[in-house]
Amino acid sequence: MLRDITLGQFYPIDSILHRLDPRVKIICTFIYMISVFLVRDVWGYLAATLFLAIMIIISKVPFKYMIRGLKGILMIMILTAVINVFTTPGKVLLSIGVIDITLEGIKVAVRMVLRLIFLVMGSSIMMLTTTPSRLTYGLERIFKPLERFNLPVHEIAMMISIALGFIPILVDELDKIIKAQSVRGVDFNNRKLSVRIKNMIPVLVPLFVSAFRRAGDLAVAMEARCYHGGGKRTGINPLRYDRRDHIAYLVIFIYLSMIIVIGIIF
Amino acid sequence: MSLISTDKVTYEYIIRDKNGSVEGINRAVDEVDMTVEQGEFIAILGSNGSGKSTLAKHFNALLLPLEGTVYIDGYDTADSDHLWDIRQTTGMVFQNPDNQIIGTLVEEDVAFGPENMGVKSKEIKERVKNSLESVGMEKYRYKSPSKLSGGQKQRIAIAGVLAMKPKCIVLDESTAMLDPAGRKEVLNAVMELNRKDKITVILITHFMEEVINADKVYVIDKGKICMSGPPRLIFSNAEILKEIGLSVPYATLLSNELRKRGIPLRDGIVSNEELAGNICQLLQTI
Repeated sequence: MLRDITLGQFYPIDSILHRLDPRVKIICTFIYMISVFLVRDVWGYLAATLFLAIMIIISKVPFKYMIRGLKGILMIMILTAVINVFTTPGKVLLSIGVIDITLEGIKVAVRMVLRLIFLVMGSSIMMLTTTPSRLTYGLERIFKPLERFNLPVHEIAMMISIALGFIPILVDELDKIIKAQSVRGVDFNNRKLSVRIKNMIPVLVPLFVSAFRRAGDLAVAMEARCYHGGGKRTGINPLRYDRRDHIAYLVIFIYLSMIIVIGIIF
Repeated sequence: MSLISTDKVTYEYIIRDKNGSVEGINRAVDEVDMTVEQGEFIAILGSNGSGKSTLAKHFNALLLPLEGTVYIDGYDTADSDHLWDIRQTTGMVFQNPDNQIIGTLVEEDVAFGPENMGVKSKEIKERVKNSLESVGMEKYRYKSPSKLSGGQKQRIAIAGVLAMKPKCIVLDESTAMLDPAGRKEVLNAVMELNRKDKITVILITHFMEEVINADKVYVIDKGKICMSGPPRLIFSNAEILKEIGLSVPYATLLSNELRKRGIPLRDGIVSNEELAGNICQLLQTI
């Protein structure tokens, strides 16, 4: 029915990117996203494309998984392109009625769409090579310094990872409740929106009640296993920067300088 | 010194009406005295609402007695300085397999206890490996727990407790939500731990078939211990068990009736197979 949501988009294979520290991947992806907004000419786009292509190749994830993320924003891409093509003033190439298609418009549209593709594919590489739990752990470590300002970083990370684990359980539960309520005569196939919304109530109420009960049980189970907050907790797979992580930082730094240099020269 | 000893432990739930005023008091545990020695296999048998789960939660300081005291390995559970020592000594496995899994990977879940105790990463890895091996789940180390069966999930929960190196494991109706195959799986795993690693096991259940291998059985009803002793003795009092709402297996009832009529069947028969086997043996001796 549903593929394993707990793994998110993670594609299980062994590659250098998979083995990188999640912190490195998060920070590098962030830097790459910034770089996408710095490029303005052909050479810059070429550099960004080349970098992305190399990353895709060394991630060993099949290309079709990479472009899967693009499907979701296809409409946004088309809309962006169309609006830009028609609304940018400049040298008119073609007029259809009141609408003018300009050379500048096409240029801007291509640029915007390329940027969107870079952003989505850049984050796809991160998501495909890292499990959600490692990502959460990476974020926890990145934001750890904020605990000094009384921000409950560990607690938030713990909540996110527990929530991830509970998604499949609650999905199963939802399925059972829908079946149970169908048997009792609730019509889930009604075409009228108002009826459909009303029919969600007998599903959502039991789901919430059960979620609260589960949360209570889980809290007791966690306490029974000596959970008492972040403080002195250790980890089974603690994050430690390796040589390859330093190299990755170096690579992204060189790439960013290249983008900046290209921007200045051309 | 006993591993667990309770002295007149009493616990009450206050029942409130809609407005929050006290409507009544439910005495869930009523002056319970019991002692458990290191390495024993103890069963606590009781029907729904008998107070057996409430009692179980006292062994790990999840609940503190209203009156009386509970000593775990010499520590008073009311002494908050030793709370984590107590919880480490007696690990608990609960009823619903889904509601006690914390990690998104089996490995992470088993590591949760030792991580909380601040054990070094290298040792956690060692413990995770060993605990998964003792419950026969080492193959699933890097799998997602959501893909496992109920019995397997409970074995993971047992491994999670084992990784804290406890002296005692309390199974609070851990088999109640499982199918017969899963129940057997979990019981075999704990019996193995009891036999091999001398870990004390306290099994809380309402299934009579499960207590047959225990060293000692406590039968609890309305918060009081109404019977205790070796399983065979308990089984021969099927009438009392039936009275307090436990479903006594037909094989047990039948063998008790036959014995009353002078047929020398052995005590403590719980399954049809056992009864048939015993009758066949008798027929052969004639």
